Amino acid sequence: MDFQFTEEQLMIKQAARDYAQRELWSDVIERDEKAIYPEKHVKALAELGFMGMMVSPEYDGGGMDTISYVLAMEEISKVDSSVSVIMSVNNSLVCWGLEAFGTEEQKQKYLRPLARGEKIGAFLLSEPEAGSDATSQHTTAVDMGDYYLLNGTKNWITNGNTASTYLVIAQTYPEKGHKGINALIVERHWEGISVGPHENKMGMRSSDTHSVMFTDVKVPKENRIGEEGFGFKFAMQTLDGGRIGIAAQAVGIAAGALELALKYAKERKAFGTEIINHQAIAFKLADMAVKVENARNLVLKAAWLKDQHKPYGVASAMAKLYAADIAMQVTTEAVQIHGGYGYVKEYHVERLMREAKLTQIYEGTSEVQHIVISRALAKGELLP
Amino acid sequence: MKIAVCISNVPDTTTRIKTDASGQKIDLSGVQWILNPWDELALTRAIELKEQNVGMIDEIVVVMVAPSYGEATLRKALAVGADRAIRIDNDPADSYEAAFELASYFADQPADLIFTGIESADFNGSATGAMLSLLAGIRFMPGVSGVFLEGGQTIVHQEINGMSLRLKVSPPLILNVQKGIAIVPRIPAMRGIMAARTKPLTVLSPKKAGACAQVIAYESLPPKAAAKMIEEDNAAMLIEVLHNEAKVI
Repeated sequence: MDFQFTEEQLMIKQAARDYAQRELWSDVIERDEKAIYPEKHVKALAELGFMGMMVSPEYDGGGMDTISYVLAMEEISKVDSSVSVIMSVNNSLVCWGLEAFGTEEQKQKYLRPLARGEKIGAFLLSEPEAGSDATSQHTTAVDMGDYYLLNGTKNWITNGNTASTYLVIAQTYPEKGHKGINALIVERHWEGISVGPHENKMGMRSSDTHSVMFTDVKVPKENRIGEEGFGFKFAMQTLDGGRIGIAAQAVGIAAGALELALKYAKERKAFGTEIINHQAIAFKLADMAVKVENARNLVLKAAWLKDQHKPYGVASAMAKLYAADIAMQVTTEAVQIHGGYGYVKEYHVERLMREAKLTQIYEGTSEVQHIVISRALAKGELLP
Repeated sequence: MKIAVCISNVPDTTTRIKTDASGQKIDLSGVQWILNPWDELALTRAIELKEQNVGMIDEIVVVMVAPSYGEATLRKALAVGADRAIRIDNDPADSYEAAFELASYFADQPADLIFTGIESADFNGSATGAMLSLLAGIRFMPGVSGVFLEGGQTIVHQEINGMSLRLKVSPPLILNVQKGIAIVPRIPAMRGIMAARTKPLTVLSPKKAGACAQVIAYESLPPKAAAKMIEEDNAAMLIEVLHNEAKVI
C-alpha cells in the first residue's frame, strides 16, 4: 500500500488549485447569482487540458490517470461546482464513453475536439419520467434502415445548450426492454432539435441545465455507439466512472467548506477568544475533517481501481454515496460555524451548501447508490 | 537568442517555519516547496517572449542551485514551458554561495539574457542577481519591470518615481526582475506536464565556494505586545503611558 502521490499528480492538483483560487474565486458569486455560464473559464480550462484530461494523447487528450482527475476535480469544486460539473460531464461521461466504446471514425470525428475542449459534450439519459428508473426510456430511436428516427424529450441536461455533441440514450426495440436501448451520437445543430429554457436551479446555477427535445431527428447508423442494443449497458458503465467525478466534486465542496470554516474560526472572536478555542467549534471542525478525509480516501480508492483496470462500480457507488452525504453535513456545519455570516452570500458557504445538495441527486441518487451497494452485498461480491 | 532563468526553490509562503532541535537549521520536514514567486514571473515572461517572437529565442534554460528535492520545482518549470533544466547539486547556505555556483555555470554556458528574480521568498536577501553579475562579469540591470524584443532590439522597462523608463539594452545581460514583468504566473497545462517527462534535467557537480558565515542559532523574536488604545481626548493618559510604561519620554 502506498499513499504517496506522484510528482505529476501533485503538479496537476496544484495547477487546478491555482486556477480555481486565482480565477474562479473572483466571479463565482456573481455567476451563481445571475446564472451566467462560465464561458471564459471553460475556455481557459480547455487550454490547460482539463476538459479531456484522461483521454489518450492519441486523441488530443491529456493522457492523465483517474487519480490526477479526482485531485483536479476536488480543487475546482472547492471553489465552483458549476465549472467542475461541466468538466466532469465532458471528461468522465462524454469523452470516456466515446474513447471506451466508440469506433475509430467516431473518435477521430467527435472525440478529438471534445478532448481539446474546443467542443463540449452532454450526456442525455434522464427524461421527465425516467430518472433513477433509467430502463423506462420514452425517447425512441426507430430503425429506418440506414438511419434512426429520434423522438422524445430529455431532462436536466448539463451543458444542454452549450454542448455541440450529445450522447443520447433512446429506445429502439421496446419489446426487448433495456436490451433494446441504443446510445447515439447526435450533433446539436441537426434539424429537429430544440432546447428548453435554462433551469432556474437552487445551486450550481452557473452551469447550463436544459431540457432537450427531439422531433424526427435523423441519426446516421454509423453514429450508434457499440452493437445494437448496447445503449443501456453503455449508460450504466459510463455512469460508474462518472460517479467517481461527482464523488470527487462532493469531496471538493466539503473540503472547500472546511477550509473556509477553519479560516473563519481562527479569525472570529467570541467570549474573548477566537472561536476555534471553544470546544463546541473545535470538535465540529475535527468531525468535518474526519468526514472529508474518509470521503477522499473512498474516492481515491475508486479512482485507483479504475486506473488498475479492476472492477470499480461498487467502489464508485460507495464513494459517491458517502461523499455526497458528508458534503451536505460538512457544508451545513460550515454555515453554522459562520453564524449569521454563513447565511449571506459573500461568505461562500451557503453556496457550497446549495451545491452539495445536488451531489446527492444527480448521476445516480443516493438511493440508487444504496441499491448498487446492497445488491453487491447480497450477491456476495463484497466482503461482509 | 538564449534565455536563462535562475530559479529558487522556496517553502510555500504559508509554511510555518520551525527550526530543528539544534536550533541551527530549518526543519524541512513537511515543507511544501514552490517555485519562488518572482522567478515564476520571470519564467512566465521568458515563455511569453518565446511565444510572441517566433523563431527568435532558441531555448529557455532554467538553472537552480539546490539539493535533489529541488527537482520537483524544476520539473514544474519544464511543464510550464522551459526547454531544459540544470540543477547544480549544492545546498547554498547564503546568496554568495548560490551566486558563485551560478557564475561558474554561466562562465561555461553563457546566455544572452539571464533573468533573476528580485528576491527569494525564503531569506529575502535580494543579493544573488547582483552578486552573480560581479562574479561572472556580466552587466546588470536592476528593477526590470518589463522586457520586450522589438525589431531585433532588446527593450527593458524600469519603474522610477511615478514614471516608466524605456531602455534599449545590449545582451549579454542579467535582468533583475520585479513587479510588472508578468502579471499572472503561467499554470502548467496537461500538454506541458506530458512534455516535461522527456525534457532534459541535468545535474551538475558544485564548485563549492563555501558560505560566508555559519549559523549560530535561529532565535525567535519576542511576541509583539498588544496595542493599548487611548481615547483621543485623553492626552494626559498618553503622556503617562509613554513616560511610565513605555519609558520613552
